[in-house]
Amino acid sequence: MSNRIVVPFGPQHPVLPEPIHLDLVLEDERVVEAIPTIGYVHRGLEKLVEKRDYKDYVLIAERICGICSFTHSVTYCNAIEHIMGVEVPPRAQFIRTIWMEYSRMHSHLLWLGLAADAMGFENLFMNAWRLREEILDDMEATTGGRVIQGTCKVGGIRRDIGDDKLGEMVDHLKKIRPLLEESNRIFTHDQTVRHRMRGLSVLSEKDAWDLGAVGPVARGSGCDMDVRSSGYSAYGELGFKPVTFSHGDCLDRCLVRSEEVLASVDLVERAVAKMPDGPIEEKVTGNPEGECFAFSEQPRGECLHYVRANGKKNIVRHRVRTPTFTNVPPLVKLLEGIELADVPVVVLTIDPCIGCCDR
Amino acid sequence: MSYITKSPWIIHYDGSSCNGCDIEVLACLTPLYDLERFGIVNTGNPKHADVFLVTGGINAQSEAVVKNTYEQMPDPKVVVAVGICACTGGVFRECYNIIGGVDKVIPVDVYVPGCAARPESIIDGVVRALGILEEKRAKMAEKGGK
Ligand code: SF4
Repeated sequence: MSNRIVVPFGPQHPVLPEPIHLDLVLEDERVVEAIPTIGYVHRGLEKLVEKRDYKDYVLIAERICGICSFTHSVTYCNAIEHIMGVEVPPRAQFIRTIWMEYSRMHSHLLWLGLAADAMGFENLFMNAWRLREEILDDMEATTGGRVIQGTCKVGGIRRDIGDDKLGEMVDHLKKIRPLLEESNRIFTHDQTVRHRMRGLSVLSEKDAWDLGAVGPVARGSGCDMDVRSSGYSAYGELGFKPVTFSHGDCLDRCLVRSEEVLASVDLVERAVAKMPDGPIEEKVTGNPEGECFAFSEQPRGECLHYVRANGKKNIVRHRVRTPTFTNVPPLVKLLEGIELADVPVVVLTIDPCIGCCDR
Repeated sequence: MSYITKSPWIIHYDGSSCNGCDIEVLACLTPLYDLERFGIVNTGNPKHADVFLVTGGINAQSEAVVKNTYEQMPDPKVVVAVGICACTGGVFRECYNIIGGVDKVIPVDVYVPGCAARPESIIDGVVRALGILEEKRAKMAEKGGK
């Protein structure tokens, strides 16, 4: 058609904290096609395995992304531990799980804030970030870092959390739970939010499977897929159930995340109640030899780390497939047929984490 | 902070960071730290900005964008490199796609170390940058007056 125009979106754009570029082909106000360009923050860190000791590399794996940082380091360690047949002590597994759930809470609250900002709901944005700071306080008190923790190591963890601190953390979560519920109520009931998101960009369950959607994007469309169900780390003992919604629109993708924050609070409470005693690390000697795929559920979805080692202290190949990368094809589908003004909201609903995506 | 004569606006670009520093930059603007109370506003438009915050090292793709954004900003302007990646390349300096710190492509006025840089140190860096901005402004006025 003759009246098609192409509008560039990004890489430097006010609603995106990170660079991604989309060429939006418009017909009047409607998007007919979206062509993504990624790779703006590509560093090439997978190749660094050839220069770093496999144990030091945990710290680099953690810096794939500053939001799911802890989950990345755990997944990488899981792969190495599997290759080397290291049995991680149960207390370390439980504490890892607690930190992973704290990452999830802070990541989802961060996202809920950004989504509110994209809708122009400034108050809700600030509120979500204020709650997130409460979560980060406990994270900082236990690991020493707000966003990059550096407490995971091959064979276990670097720091223990004392039993009284665990009790304090649970008390703190009990205190902020009503605030979280209050903020969730705004997402479920507020007119502005419903008006902007209900029925916008529907992804059917079939499309979600076909296009390889993962994480909250898939669960918002009714796909019951969550790697935590497989019971890695301590999830198997915590009676985990995935949160799913069925409409597949922007609001449901949003509600999956707001509900998951509460589910994470529950998981942390259960993990603290069942916390086993014992050592927090297993001595690891020698070098890995073999290969392994390790999966984990990050705040944004399923993440995969592939490691191949040949018995030297440097690993031969490390490959990461991150959730944002797999969620780009569903995003392209979601953008078709919507109005230009809705593009920022829809792009945000896949929770793009470009640091992960480009590595 | 008596030397601030104008609300400084900041613009933020992610060179190739891991996100850690980006979210800490955003955290500076939200209730706990609340830079906005000093009139510091985050803008998306380089033509409105006085302070350029860059996170992450420079890679082949972001080089042009960073240069471009810097050139579009009106004088006087200051650049703050946030996080050790932006200062020197940090843990990623040996990666094949990393050129190095931000100072490889544009002049940097303030370096904020840390991985991730803490909001307190980012605020400290921005406040220092404002002092430098004021000096630059005074110099420009002097030149203009002659
Ligand atoms: S300094 Fe650390 S937290 Fe900041 S971008 Fe670099 S790796 Fe990420």
